Amino acid sequence: MFLGLFQDLRAGGVPVTFTEFFAFLRAIRAGVAEHELESFYYLARCSLARDERYIDRFDRVFTAWFERLGEIEDPFALVPEEWFERDAMRFFTEEEKARIKELGGFEELMETLRKRLAEQREKHGGGAKWIGTGGRSPFGAGGYNPAGVRVGGEGGQRRAVKVWEKREFQDFDGDVELGTRQMKMALRRLRRFTREGAKDELDLDETITRTARNAGYLDIAHRAERRNRVKVLLLLDVGGSMDDHVRVVEQLFSAARTEFKHLETFYFHNCPYERMWRTNKNGREGLIDTAELLRTFNGDFRLVFVGDATMSPYEITQPGGSVEHWNKEAGAVWMQRILDHFERAVWINPEPDQWWQGTPSIQLMSKLMGGRMVPLTLAGLERATAVLRS
Amino acid sequence: MDHRFESTSTYIAGEDLAVAVNAAVALERPLLVKGEPGTGKTVLAEEIAQSVGLPLISWNVKSTTKASQGLYEYDAVARLRDSQLGSDKVHDISNYIVPGKLWEAFTAEGGAVLLIDEIDKADIEFPNDLLAELDRMEFHVYETGELVKAARRPIVVITSNNEKELPDAFLRRCFFHYIRFPDGATMASIVRAHFPELHKDLLNEALGMFFGVRDVPGLKKRPSTSELLDWIRLLVIEHVTPEMLEARTEKSEVPPFMGSLVKNEQDMDRLAQWVGSRGWSR
Repeated sequence: MFLGLFQDLRAGGVPVTFTEFFAFLRAIRAGVAEHELESFYYLARCSLARDERYIDRFDRVFTAWFERLGEIEDPFALVPEEWFERDAMRFFTEEEKARIKELGGFEELMETLRKRLAEQREKHGGGAKWIGTGGRSPFGAGGYNPAGVRVGGEGGQRRAVKVWEKREFQDFDGDVELGTRQMKMALRRLRRFTREGAKDELDLDETITRTARNAGYLDIAHRAERRNRVKVLLLLDVGGSMDDHVRVVEQLFSAARTEFKHLETFYFHNCPYERMWRTNKNGREGLIDTAELLRTFNGDFRLVFVGDATMSPYEITQPGGSVEHWNKEAGAVWMQRILDHFERAVWINPEPDQWWQGTPSIQLMSKLMGGRMVPLTLAGLERATAVLRS
Repeated sequence: MDHRFESTSTYIAGEDLAVAVNAAVALERPLLVKGEPGTGKTVLAEEIAQSVGLPLISWNVKSTTKASQGLYEYDAVARLRDSQLGSDKVHDISNYIVPGKLWEAFTAEGGAVLLIDEIDKADIEFPNDLLAELDRMEFHVYETGELVKAARRPIVVITSNNEKELPDAFLRRCFFHYIRFPDGATMASIVRAHFPELHKDLLNEALGMFFGVRDVPGLKKRPSTSELLDWIRLLVIEHVTPEMLEARTEKSEVPPFMGSLVKNEQDMDRLAQWVGSRGWSR
């Protein structure tokens, strides 16, 4: 019966494999859950959801699976009695209790429920007869028959809302994060090792050579440790549609931070002009002249632009084209200056690349970049690292 | 099962955590614990060790830690030096094999609890390099041909702060538990476990302020359980009364000994500015 849960989880986007599933079964056999519903849920969760971002999906699948379990087999064996009797009665108002009498009293209601459950073989939503969610039948969840009896789902009965229905891990789910590991691996290729600093590492090959030359007497050679010296300058387009993408990219790079010796980040809007800014948290702070930026960071920084490059073409080609301020020189002029200074540069564009053809400003910017514009995909990042490594 | 892990007088564990720990102990599979810094991930291993009555072996991972260092290291330089000095030790290579933490845990008499702390600090490939060793709980020493095999599989607890994503193959082999930040009631019982003598009003005022600080948007590092405990310790030592805290709240002032709650200058400025302009939300 647990195989159903396994299949549902996989269908519901929780990546679970047989390795975890067997561990789960073995844990049940070892008596970890001890036939308590809540422990059973916790056990299933800790063995089958391998990351906090899957827990919410897990909860949803578990809820659905658990409900269906109740529908197909004898639900009264699995659902605690008090869901139906004590608690339910306590939460009905006097008025509602009167209405229940109209339907033939509580006992009668439960009897009908039993019959309906027996008749019904699949999950049901809406409608006025069957048991399910959002209907006007007296049975099911989220409905508005005052004499309604809840079968799982969210309801007013505090006791009945189970842990897995609280969905406490909702905030952790995020498809965006998926696959960033691969992306980080791609960024890792940017690393470039050189030896510098104090000579404190044993150079084994050199030691052997020297010792041999020294007629077998030990002559130890040291060398400097290998250090990564890749320096990255990240220029991010912020504002409007770009904000979500920018956050992803920022996380991506700062997660890979240990792979770089320096990582500097600046922001611009739509197209780089004579000024950029350093922080984007509470308004724009740390304004810096682009000319100053070019003086500060020398040409061996790898330059990475991130932006959708989607704007009016005038914002690139015309002086005064910026939507925010009067720019004396056109964006294209500044782009050219920046690209002249930084030999190795690449533009990462989060827009899907099949749309690029239809957007003139993307075409323009890509041309300015000399074709070094890549989409925010694994393949794109790989191309970007290849360009930056050259 | 002979041991069941539960809350102790100093460590409050939720039902979900207890189940995860018991599953890991019963099945001898590693337990991966994640959560905000300061929610008691490292302390958990100590508590498990105490509750099952086994020694705790901690391996603190750093950015330069290599997986093989956990197994053993071959001190070639020492051997080379000894050979020059004509020491007799030099003929036996095993004199220069230095066991690592994994080796120690595998060979510990009667088992052990092995804590691999902050696994995400190390290189991205680090967890993958340990897969086979953690799976089979054995490894070969190439220099001597010796097989180190765990007589009793250690209970392995691994913590991560989410700095790097861990590889899927690694995650598949672990039980996973995410320590959520405790809510008010749980936090109160945690504080009470550490300060049983603490006055109820002081606890309430302090918790109010603490959660107020956590609610300030834009803090770089929000204070967590360990900071709260440090702060309350200070309040107790300095005989701060609940009335003093209340007065601060009403006058929209920052908490006393704020430095133990927020640790960097920008956050302090941010807190002072936020509280000064909006007061404490209660």
